[in-house]
Amino acid sequence: MSAEPRQSALAHALLERAPQWREAEARARRFSQGRSDDPAEAVRVADDYRLLAHDLARARALMPRSRTREYLESTYARVHATLNHGGWRLGAALRRVFRDDLPASVRWLAPYLVWSTLLFLLAALAGYALVDRFPELIALFASPDLIASVESGKLWTEGLLNIVPSSVLSVQILANNIVVSLFAYCSGFLFGLGTLYILGLNGMMLGAIFAFVARHALAGALATFIVAHGCVELSVMCVSGAAGAAVGEALVRPGSEGRVAAFRTVALRSGEVLLACSVLLVGAGLIEGFVSPRPGIPLPVKIAVGVGYWLFMVALLTGRLWPRAAGESPGA
Amino acid sequence: MSEAAPHLSVDSATGIDVTLPIAGAGARSYAFVVDWHIRLVLGLAWYGAAALLYNYVREGAVSLAPPVTNEARWFGAVLVPALVLYFLYHPLLELILRGSTPGKRLAGVRVVGRDGGVPGAGPLLVRNVFRLIDSLPLAYGLGLMLVALTREHVRCGDMAAGTLLVYETASPGLALAPASTAGSLDVATAELVAELLARWPRLTVPARAALARALLRRCGRLADSLAPLDDEALRRALIEASRAGEAAA
Repeated sequence: MSAEPRQSALAHALLERAPQWREAEARARRFSQGRSDDPAEAVRVADDYRLLAHDLARARALMPRSRTREYLESTYARVHATLNHGGWRLGAALRRVFRDDLPASVRWLAPYLVWSTLLFLLAALAGYALVDRFPELIALFASPDLIASVESGKLWTEGLLNIVPSSVLSVQILANNIVVSLFAYCSGFLFGLGTLYILGLNGMMLGAIFAFVARHALAGALATFIVAHGCVELSVMCVSGAAGAAVGEALVRPGSEGRVAAFRTVALRSGEVLLACSVLLVGAGLIEGFVSPRPGIPLPVKIAVGVGYWLFMVALLTGRLWPRAAGESPGA
Repeated sequence: MSEAAPHLSVDSATGIDVTLPIAGAGARSYAFVVDWHIRLVLGLAWYGAAALLYNYVREGAVSLAPPVTNEARWFGAVLVPALVLYFLYHPLLELILRGSTPGKRLAGVRVVGRDGGVPGAGPLLVRNVFRLIDSLPLAYGLGLMLVALTREHVRCGDMAAGTLLVYETASPGLALAPASTAGSLDVATAELVAELLARWPRLTVPARAALARALLRRCGRLADSLAPLDDEALRRALIEASRAGEAAA
């Protein structure tokens, strides 16, 4: 049962340092949880790091299949993370995403945004032209109830609040919009085809419905309904398409870094934009439930709400909502 | 952990790599099932309590039934919070608990970035957005398939966010072998003896007796021919085995 004398002596010497490992672990835990900011302790954490590295190297050689080695691996990893990654604070992490990462990602996404907006507009035009020329095709894009309502000279949105309260309507709309946007983005995983399909289909639906209501002289009424929430909602649809297209391109043309690495880089950058857009869709849903269907709110107010919220979106996505202090560098 | 098990290796300034063992489909599924039950119970508990209170205050009735018409207050106070608890459980808890959830803690795993540290808010949120894809076609079919097939056991969300699920290998209370045993026992056996002694009061008498006998036999301190030792004698024998090295050292 006894090991070789030399090995045993080395193991014995190593195990004698267990109290120091425990102290090192406790110190690293205090620092990583932000419960200590003592400079002298910080220096000791750096010393712990060297001690643990030394002992771990010996443990890997002397006792590779022991719990002592596993314990040292874990403690060493914790101290490494404490020294190299600093404290993790939720507020600071979210602020960094919205103030630094997001504007950079939006700038990078700009070319995709141009193309996805163009695709959305072309699809809307195609939908409009199709239903304008062949009105019976509206059955492909709209429900029978919607068609019957428009044919009777009324928008389906009229009297909506008599059936569904604003808050209920808002939640239903925002949940649906968020799921559609995120799904359009995630569908980029299918080499971008899913995203293009969802973007194109939504564009065609919008154009087709506008053509259909225009034939019944209700286009103005629909535009009045849409203007307050639609500016942001449609913009977010284009952003989702752009993000999904970027993910798709990374998979189709990964470049020199490899498909998985390219996917990771692009999905992470574009995903942050999408998350900000999801937050914006909550606001759009509330507007669509509380402002858009109310006939008592005058059109200029609806336009002001729509444009104002769109400008807020632009400010959020370009980082202008959180101005930097003088001398502060990006990423600081 | 076997040597062939996949692990994340991170360079360090000391020249000794940081090695984190990567969790597989089993640990992931275990964590998910626990979390799923927690969020389901939380969502249902909120719905039940809020619905009972709502119906009692409004109609004096003890009922869980929703109102016949769409009522904004019911929606806002009963349904929406329950849905938020269920659907935003993972992203919110991973943000607050630094890449962990109760289920992950129970399974002994946590989310880390490629550098071995706690991922930022962006990666944590992105890996949760991709649950939409991973959960297709049902019951996380695609996610599980990817975890099983990829070398680093990652689902689509982890690929997108650059995250990994790694094991937390040791707890602060782990019983390490006393240095004095190194001369007489091999380290692995000494660790088992130390751990059994630490857990002794929490184990049932038959369970600890069986473990103690097996360990003493492994140390060569329990001959089959000897009369059976009682519970206290077994504990003393284990302590003696762990102290035997002191004389040798």
